Amino acid sequence: MLTYVLRKLALLLPTILGISICAFAFVRVLPGDPILAMAGQHGVTPERYEILKEQFGYNLPIWQQYFNYLWSVLRGDFGISLATKRPVINEFMTLFPATIELSLSAMFLAVIIGIPAGIFAAVKRGSWFDQFTMGVALTGYSMPIFWWGLLLIIFFSGYLGWTPVSGRIDLTFFLRPITGFMLIDTLLYGNWPAFVSAVRHLILPAVVLGTIPLAVIARQTRSAMLEVLGEDYVRTAKAKGMPPRRVVNVHALRNALIPVVTTIGLQVGLLLGGAILTETIFTWPGIGKWMIDSISKRDYVVVQSGLLIIALIVMAVNLLVDLLYALINPRIRVQ
Amino acid sequence: MSTTTEPPVTTKPVSGLREFWYYFSVNRGAVIGLTVFAILLICAIFAPWIAPYSPDVQFRDALLKPPVWDAAADPRFLLGTDPVGRDILSRLIHGARFSLFIGFFVVVGALVVGVVLGVLAGYFGGWVDALVMRVMDIILAFPPLLLALVLVAILGPGLFNAMIAIALVLQPHFARLVRAAVMAEKNREYVTAAKLSGAGHIRLMLITILPNCLGPLIVQATLSFSNAILEAAALGFLGMGAQPPTPEWGTMLASAREFIIKAPWVVTFPGLAILITVLAINLIGDGLRDALDPKLKRS
Repeated sequence: MLTYVLRKLALLLPTILGISICAFAFVRVLPGDPILAMAGQHGVTPERYEILKEQFGYNLPIWQQYFNYLWSVLRGDFGISLATKRPVINEFMTLFPATIELSLSAMFLAVIIGIPAGIFAAVKRGSWFDQFTMGVALTGYSMPIFWWGLLLIIFFSGYLGWTPVSGRIDLTFFLRPITGFMLIDTLLYGNWPAFVSAVRHLILPAVVLGTIPLAVIARQTRSAMLEVLGEDYVRTAKAKGMPPRRVVNVHALRNALIPVVTTIGLQVGLLLGGAILTETIFTWPGIGKWMIDSISKRDYVVVQSGLLIIALIVMAVNLLVDLLYALINPRIRVQ
Repeated sequence: MSTTTEPPVTTKPVSGLREFWYYFSVNRGAVIGLTVFAILLICAIFAPWIAPYSPDVQFRDALLKPPVWDAAADPRFLLGTDPVGRDILSRLIHGARFSLFIGFFVVVGALVVGVVLGVLAGYFGGWVDALVMRVMDIILAFPPLLLALVLVAILGPGLFNAMIAIALVLQPHFARLVRAAVMAEKNREYVTAAKLSGAGHIRLMLITILPNCLGPLIVQATLSFSNAILEAAALGFLGMGAQPPTPEWGTMLASAREFIIKAPWVVTFPGLAILITVLAINLIGDGLRDALDPKLKRS
């Protein structure tokens, strides 16, 4: 197992370097001079320009600039935001919990609904339930989620008035963040109304962000179950006279879940992409909205670092999924 | 002798296609998807003749009119009008052109680049393979929408740049797929036979091996088609794709956002158009997968 882990890490190294080169190159290939971009509409005097150029190291050869960049990133220095003049990493740390909370809630919904739906659809293959579920799943999979979010706002916020339209919690509650997760913080303070408010704010964004993963998980669970239900050991278990429920839950499900776990892990990149749209629609203060705002404000330092951090997170999660997969399925390790 | 060998030669391609159609048409959803897609295609091609009005003409006397089933509707506008008095139905019909064009262009671009890279990587192996696949890994490490957004930020917002960005983001899936398929095929007997009879690298790659990897490639192309439409609409929605007043569906949604409570229909119809188009293509994709995947055929 250790050699497997080491080999995986060795494979990741060139990719990580490549990602850092991409992030570094991003600011360099942008049209226009980076210093003039930083100076904004006020502009700079030629003397000040030279000083800034030296200060940011733009007078050095390009490879040296890259190594300086890499070195500062390795020390955890991701630069200063052009818009807020705060360290990028601090901004990231304040906004990241919001995205995690949203993504985990979305994934939670997707898993607790998607897996049972997929199992039932497979067991009752061809029934109206199967056809209905798979029809809904394909519709969910085809959903433009930014529109889906707007529809839910029209219905639940506009028409019924049940849910708020934006933010994480009512502005009447002010709680100093402990963990940054609104649901946990409100509970830690024992503030029940605040908790209810946080849940009401969370529910629509989580549904929107969870829609596509839910559809993918339901479809994947169904096809994995169908494959496993046709295996010899399932037939043997049935032939031995085991109760059908036990055959499905123990013999089939455990084996079918292996590819499903992988699928769930691979949704992370998709979730972070979906977070951009979901957070924009619901004005959710997370990293998705942070990225799109920074792109439109041309805050390139934030975009550069955000790109790097997000890619590293996606890679770390994919590595984790790979290792988990190898742990459940010993055949992989030997290859 | 010649009479006995002739029939199989002439009937084989027909029966292959017929077999494909048999498996495809068993799937009712796929046939529905294909029908809807055909209708959309007709709308796109003949948009100026089908649409009641030009997509850009503004009726200043009819701002934000609801669809005809509403009491306050203006009978001239079937699906109502937008905030500056343009006919929504006409804009949707013209929008079909953009979405289908985007899907087609992106898939062709991603397909060509992905197939070339995948074939090279799978065929030659070694450092070519390592290099190509690491680059693909890098692209795949970024969430697709985020990478497309950043690329558009570099290239400048606009429909064409958005298409390039999306093609680049979708292309690694083709490369990976083709590489795996080529690696599985390249040591088969028929390839060795072709090699022995003197076929060159190009011929081996493109004429001997590639046609045998076509099945999964077609399915992936269909999936990418719908993905491209979704991503382009998302970019349009975020203001980084087609720019107003282009009647692109995502862009229409973006400019209608502030009216969601006052005039829900302005938001509802463009999104519905996206959903129907993407759903139709995904239904076709499912049907193609069932028809082309020999493993599923037997069950």
